[in-house]
Amino acid sequence: MKKKKSLSKTAVNSRLISRPIRRCFPIFMLPTFIAFCIGFIWPFIQGMYLSFCKFTLPQDAQFVGFSNYIRAFSDAGFRHSFVYTAVFAVVSIVLINVLSFFIAYLLTQNIKGSNIFRTVFFMPNLIGGIVLGYIWSMIFDGILGRYGTYLLAKTEYGFWGLVILMCWQQIGYMMIVYIAGLQSVSEDMIEAAKIDGASKIQTLFRVIIPNVMSSITICVFLTLTNSFKLFDQNLALTGGMPVAVQADGSMINTTEMLALNIYKTFYANSNSRGVAQSKAVLFFILVAILALAQLKFTRNKEVQA
Amino acid sequence: MKEKRSVGSTLLTVLFTIFSIVWLIPIFEVLINSFKNNGAVNTDPFALPNAESFMGLGNYIKGMTFGNYPFLNSVFYSVIITVLSTALILLCTSMAAWYIVRVDSAFSKFMYMLCAFSMIVPFQMVMFTLSSTADKLKLNTPWTIPIIYLGFGAGLAVFMFTGFIKGIPLEIEEAAAIDGCGALTTYFRVVFPMLKSILISVGVLEVMWLWNDYLLPYLVLDRTKYMTIPIHVQYLKGSYGTVDLGATMAVIMISIIPVIIVYLFCQKYIIKGVAAGAVKG
Repeated sequence: MKKKKSLSKTAVNSRLISRPIRRCFPIFMLPTFIAFCIGFIWPFIQGMYLSFCKFTLPQDAQFVGFSNYIRAFSDAGFRHSFVYTAVFAVVSIVLINVLSFFIAYLLTQNIKGSNIFRTVFFMPNLIGGIVLGYIWSMIFDGILGRYGTYLLAKTEYGFWGLVILMCWQQIGYMMIVYIAGLQSVSEDMIEAAKIDGASKIQTLFRVIIPNVMSSITICVFLTLTNSFKLFDQNLALTGGMPVAVQADGSMINTTEMLALNIYKTFYANSNSRGVAQSKAVLFFILVAILALAQLKFTRNKEVQA
Repeated sequence: MKEKRSVGSTLLTVLFTIFSIVWLIPIFEVLINSFKNNGAVNTDPFALPNAESFMGLGNYIKGMTFGNYPFLNSVFYSVIITVLSTALILLCTSMAAWYIVRVDSAFSKFMYMLCAFSMIVPFQMVMFTLSSTADKLKLNTPWTIPIIYLGFGAGLAVFMFTGFIKGIPLEIEEAAAIDGCGALTTYFRVVFPMLKSILISVGVLEVMWLWNDYLLPYLVLDRTKYMTIPIHVQYLKGSYGTVDLGATMAVIMISIIPVIIVYLFCQKYIIKGVAAGAVKG
């Protein structure tokens, strides 16, 4: 392992190349590094610190310890948005991946016009989340209007509406990734399975799927993080409505996902910014754990090439 | 055997044709409703425009000005932000990636790790502090927001470029160095041209992100002066009750038509870019 590493190292750089580049550090590295400090490193560090503070503006922060975190956990709306997001993520991951894999599989079966279909299915991906939300809210209101109701009337409408919207947007993207994966499965292997008498279904499950496990990893990972980070579509489609009154008189927005809940905690009321920042830190930790765990879990299942 | 397969494949083509048409219904819906008056959109969005509800281009003309902010300004700022930010990201991060791959130092490793790390950090984590930092540094205009985008979007771009550059044989650059090229000449004359395919891939992903991004410009820009298309659409619809749905659909149509045209012309690159980005990311 160590030997291999040093071997690859000599292949990617040498003194002859690295010395003149190193001298040009201010040109090559500095612009990105400075922008990275402004746009990521400093806000991240400051955000970490502020999650332990009471503040309305960063300059008047007062250290308060873990009280923001305690308030975040005791916020019924936040807990609800967590559960809601998790359920949404599971449903959309399954639906999007199964459907897009199925479409990709059929489109790689040498059918006429598959390029046109690919173009069509991918198209919704180009439309931004806000615009998507308003297009679909018009459509759902039109459909539900025929039954004398509307999108914001029930939590279920908002939930399934968002699932349909996300399927429409993401299936095309995942389909592209699956097509790339399916095209890299060697014809010989499929041919060999056929000669051995495997049926089409057997070939699919025993030969093709194990060989596109890396595409499945990528797509599950992408749909997972996309659903957890979802914001624009949620804001534009329902904005968290309808509102439900809890037993203790407090109110929660029943279709509000985590990102929207954090956003509203920040900007709807400037007194709760410390709580909002601590929710954001919890959100970050959650997304990071999910991403790493998922990556590890599916990497183990990949066929060693 | 062969005949049977062709029957099945024709059947699939027919099914997919129907499915494709269904798939595009939402876009047709926007188009149809952009020609109807507000009342007709509300009562039945699925009806085709009739003599009574047909507005001609009225919604498009109205959409340009309603909401106290000229829509063309939003289009202009969206274009400026997308073009400037993409150019800046492609230039700076590809140079940084070359540095990271070719200079074997602790700093290179540190930057690479940070870039990979930044990809899993959700925007909400840095949302508030980023917008206050941008405000303090006066980066809240469409001309300066590319610096923020370079910072927040550097992760994926650096990651994709380093992956690609690692695969470029060192000998070519060594030959250039022996011939007396400095680092800058080597980069722009030798390395940069070899990056063409990955530049397109990263560029496609960045454009798709930047053009549609809502929250970052919403929080960073001075909204009394500058709006982008997504901000404008949200602003129109945000004012519940008074909104004119017909005109909103016209605005949405104007905002998606250029994207669809560009897509139809460059779809080969876009699809390639998406596949490459997903595999690297």
